[in-house]
Amino acid sequence: MNIPENLKYTEEHEWVKIEDGTAVMGITDFAQKMLTDVVFVELPEVGKQVEKGKPFIVVESVKSVSDVFAVLSGEVMEVNETVADDPALVNQDPYGKGWLVKIKISSVGETDSLLTHDAYLKLCEGEENK
Amino acid sequence: MIEKEIKKTPLFETHKTMNAKIVDFSGWQMPVQYTTIIEEHLNTRNAGSLFDICHMGEIMVSGANAGSLLQYLLVGDVSSLAPGKIMYTFLCNEQGGTLDDLLIYMISDNEYMLVVNAGTTDTDLAWIMDHNRDDVKVQDISNKRGKLDLQGPVARKLLHKLCGNRIMELKRLRFIQTELFEKTVLISCSGYTGEDGFEIFCKLDEVIVLWDAILDAGSFVDVRPAGLGARNTLRLEAGYCLYGHELSGEITPVEASLGWAVSEVEDDYIGKKVLLKQKSVGTEKKLAAFEMVDRGIAREQCEIMCNGKRIGVVTSGSYSPTFRKPIGLCLIKSEFVKTGNNIDIIIREKLQRARIVKKPFYEYKG
Repeated sequence: MNIPENLKYTEEHEWVKIEDGTAVMGITDFAQKMLTDVVFVELPEVGKQVEKGKPFIVVESVKSVSDVFAVLSGEVMEVNETVADDPALVNQDPYGKGWLVKIKISSVGETDSLLTHDAYLKLCEGEENK
Repeated sequence: MIEKEIKKTPLFETHKTMNAKIVDFSGWQMPVQYTTIIEEHLNTRNAGSLFDICHMGEIMVSGANAGSLLQYLLVGDVSSLAPGKIMYTFLCNEQGGTLDDLLIYMISDNEYMLVVNAGTTDTDLAWIMDHNRDDVKVQDISNKRGKLDLQGPVARKLLHKLCGNRIMELKRLRFIQTELFEKTVLISCSGYTGEDGFEIFCKLDEVIVLWDAILDAGSFVDVRPAGLGARNTLRLEAGYCLYGHELSGEITPVEASLGWAVSEVEDDYIGKKVLLKQKSVGTEKKLAAFEMVDRGIAREQCEIMCNGKRIGVVTSGSYSPTFRKPIGLCLIKSEFVKTGNNIDIIIREKLQRARIVKKPFYEYKG
């Protein structure tokens, strides 16, 4: 299982990379493996205000429709148009070319509740053994 | 609350060891995919796939009056059958609503096998028993019979190698009894994928041996297992109805654009009056195929609009692995069923453009 050490995670299997008050986020390797073939990604509009924990992106496989939740509150600064054209990037490179959106963080305190690499690894192992 | 019985086919553990993702299907724990739906779908189109279809029901109807009972219950012309022939047909209620869609196999003058949907086996059986007037023997043999579907362009050659020349001549909707790996089986040229292919019926306790042997022999021509996920996208591209979606107690075969299968036989059958009237004067709603113009994937129950008015609903919708775009089937007001017509589909409260296209998306390749 690919879980980079330099990222933070959520219980909903999103990853986030925080730099200079902005958060780049996507779904984890575990999530893309569970979804299998991603065939459609519905991204929010740039400028949209999002609230931590609220659904704002939709990722679909052939059979399933899944919400992706905002990892932090803030404003959508940029969306990955390339992934909208080629949704398979979410499967091929979930932490790289398959990133979904960039958010300008509005409340810094929220980052405390994100999961560390170790905590997220534990969570995935627990789910795999279910 | 009544605890629902969880049913498994003999291959359940085999699927698990093959890393299949298991889902509930009509109370059955079934493999939805082993690798990915797209991979399994394309492998069926390009080479061949083996599907565990043991969950489907088989009902034997036998006796001197079996044929006349079935003619009364089924919408198709039972007299057009002959031993070794199969017909796609329906059990309907008095209003023409579809209780099930099924294949009827004529074994002999006095014996027929009905292959029915897993979720409707019990209600079909009860319906047939309720209408049994002449001591016809009606027997649910689902828990004794296994079924494997071998589908795809390599299927015929592979089965030819495994059970001889009779396979090469086997035409669509015909069956033979033969030997496969020294087991007595019934093999029909039929399927639910749009490809040339076969449905293999065996004893339930021989299904594991046959599964392993077919996959082993088929590995040289890329025959691999496929799950119900690919089965669904394959049948959708081929334009086949799925019970509970395109057909139900509220949808008649004529509305599902299956009027060709509604017979005009002299004998009376349940639903005949309504169905023949629908066939001659038409129906208010009708099944149609659509493809998306915008990017969204329209799923079942999404509402369909035209010029701001609601005209119907999506019955099945998915991404098409063959055509690499979202497609679907819908039940809409008949006047809108015209190839090229523009429609809008509401996906997550937004209107997305789509258009009516010719059905099927994928022509049968047998």
